[in-house]
Amino acid sequence: MARARATLPALLLALPAVLVFGVFAWWPLVRGLVLAGQESRAGADPRWVGLDNVTYVLADPLVATAALNTLAYTGLALVVGFPLPVVLAVVLTELRRTRSLATTLVYLPVVMPPAVAVLLWRTLLDPADSGVLNTLLARVGVEPQPWLASTTTALPAVVVAATWASAGSAVVVYVAALSSVRTELYEAAELDGAGVLARVRHVTLPHLRGVLLVMLLLQLIGTAQAFTEPFLLTRGGPQRSTTTLLMVIREYAVVRGDLGAAAALGALLALSLVAVSVAYWRLTRRWGSA
Amino acid sequence: MNLLGRATGSRPRASEQRTLRSPVARRRRGGRAAGAALAAAVLAVLAVVSLGPLLWLAKASVSTTQDLLREPLALWPSGARWDNLAQAWGQGQVGRHLATTAAVAGGSLVVTLVVAVTAAYVIAVLRPRWAPLLTGGLVATLLVPGVALLVPRYLTVADIPLLGLDLRDSYWAVWLPAGADAFVVLVLARYFAGLPREIFEAARVDGAGPFRVLLQVVLPLSGPGLTVVSLLTVVAAWKDFLWPSLVLLDPSLQPVAVALPRLLEPLPLAEQMAALFLAALVPVLLFVLLQRHFFAAAGASGGTSR
Repeated sequence: MARARATLPALLLALPAVLVFGVFAWWPLVRGLVLAGQESRAGADPRWVGLDNVTYVLADPLVATAALNTLAYTGLALVVGFPLPVVLAVVLTELRRTRSLATTLVYLPVVMPPAVAVLLWRTLLDPADSGVLNTLLARVGVEPQPWLASTTTALPAVVVAATWASAGSAVVVYVAALSSVRTELYEAAELDGAGVLARVRHVTLPHLRGVLLVMLLLQLIGTAQAFTEPFLLTRGGPQRSTTTLLMVIREYAVVRGDLGAAAALGALLALSLVAVSVAYWRLTRRWGSA
Repeated sequence: MNLLGRATGSRPRASEQRTLRSPVARRRRGGRAAGAALAAAVLAVLAVVSLGPLLWLAKASVSTTQDLLREPLALWPSGARWDNLAQAWGQGQVGRHLATTAAVAGGSLVVTLVVAVTAAYVIAVLRPRWAPLLTGGLVATLLVPGVALLVPRYLTVADIPLLGLDLRDSYWAVWLPAGADAFVVLVLARYFAGLPREIFEAARVDGAGPFRVLLQVVLPLSGPGLTVVSLLTVVAAWKDFLWPSLVLLDPSLQPVAVALPRLLEPLPLAEQMAALFLAALVPVLLFVLLQRHFFAAAGASGGTSR
């Protein structure tokens, strides 16, 4: 009886979520799959074309370029951006009175709106001799570099700027995780004669293992969908060397007005990420449950 | 894999906590010097790498363009040009776009709170028989990479099902989709579930209905949880670029992040830097004032790309 009376209020209270998620998440999910199989251009009625969009997208050389760029971006971001926060967190945890100040400094770039940070980096990386970074390098005798204007340095420069903007949030997660290390383990390791590095290897890192595995996957999924940094830093150039898949999706939709192709590429990228996540989860499940 | 629990759980104070180095090793004379040296080195590097670009921006915002081109590394401008800031604010229209950013973030906050509070209350406190269904529907959206939703969500906003409304070039196009954030609902549900159930029972025995329990019992007890959720929402809205750039094409509605590249174009370099400085000021000040809550929110979001 009490249950029956409580049902109506519960339904009413669930309504905002059901409406908002229904219209802006559940329905678009279904619609995205349908859209991927339709020829849908702005202003025209959609027409069912099956897998035509998929084959069209996969045959587009621009997509191949962007896929390689995105892979390079993700890989480079893992090499540069994944270990750095771990090292920073371990070091910050050792600090006493200055820890909160240091954490504040580390996190500061994260609160900068990416658009501001990126446009600031564009100025710092100005390819002219008078660019800030180039002036700095000139002091130590390094030739001025074209940075964002060269196909070899543009992508790494974008990765560095993006890492600068995001490393702080990972550091905060690791520092929080490190605060729960069981201190007896350090003591025991110390009694066994383990030096600082051995303690990092045998106590700190195993303790972080679960968090590290999750963060690695989150970073992978995040960087595979990189957009704002490369878009505002380089507009995808020079010569498409920093064009990512999400930029191509936007170009299909906004510039070419080909929504079917945009949805198909979006679905393909999303499906690959889900596949990667599932594979990753299965691979790491055994040693992730520490 | 309990990132949330770790982030919100209590932890020993930094000064008492045993870490890699033992308290004895730290107190030894060499240990103390080593600790101080480490702290100084870390802070110095962070000051240059993290704070450096910001400080440079602050300086550049009150320099002349000639100064910036001739001597970009000068520590001090050749006389403060406060005009730059006034120019960027007024002529450069940064002030106006900061107001639109506040409108975008404020509306997103209201919608998100209404959705998250009611849904979390149903899931964590009322627990009707169909609650797992709702939770499952929310979790499902978390498993889908955002890119899958981008284009169909854009089409939905351009033509709302059944109503046939076109929300583009209205704030609702940003506000309503911002509410469809399952992560925020789950964080809040977790918080509500941690409140002692006896209080709800007591209120119910006293004759309070579900709505009164929510408004007079649950919400007053949920300050910290609501703060974390609010910060997550406001910061995400303040930082977002791609979505508002797609649905807000009318320049007068665009938040500062979207409008900035266009605003900078006609300005001389020094005023460009002043515009960037002004655009960074609000979030940086918010962060400096509300640090503890920012870190709680960062911990809760598990370092995702919000």
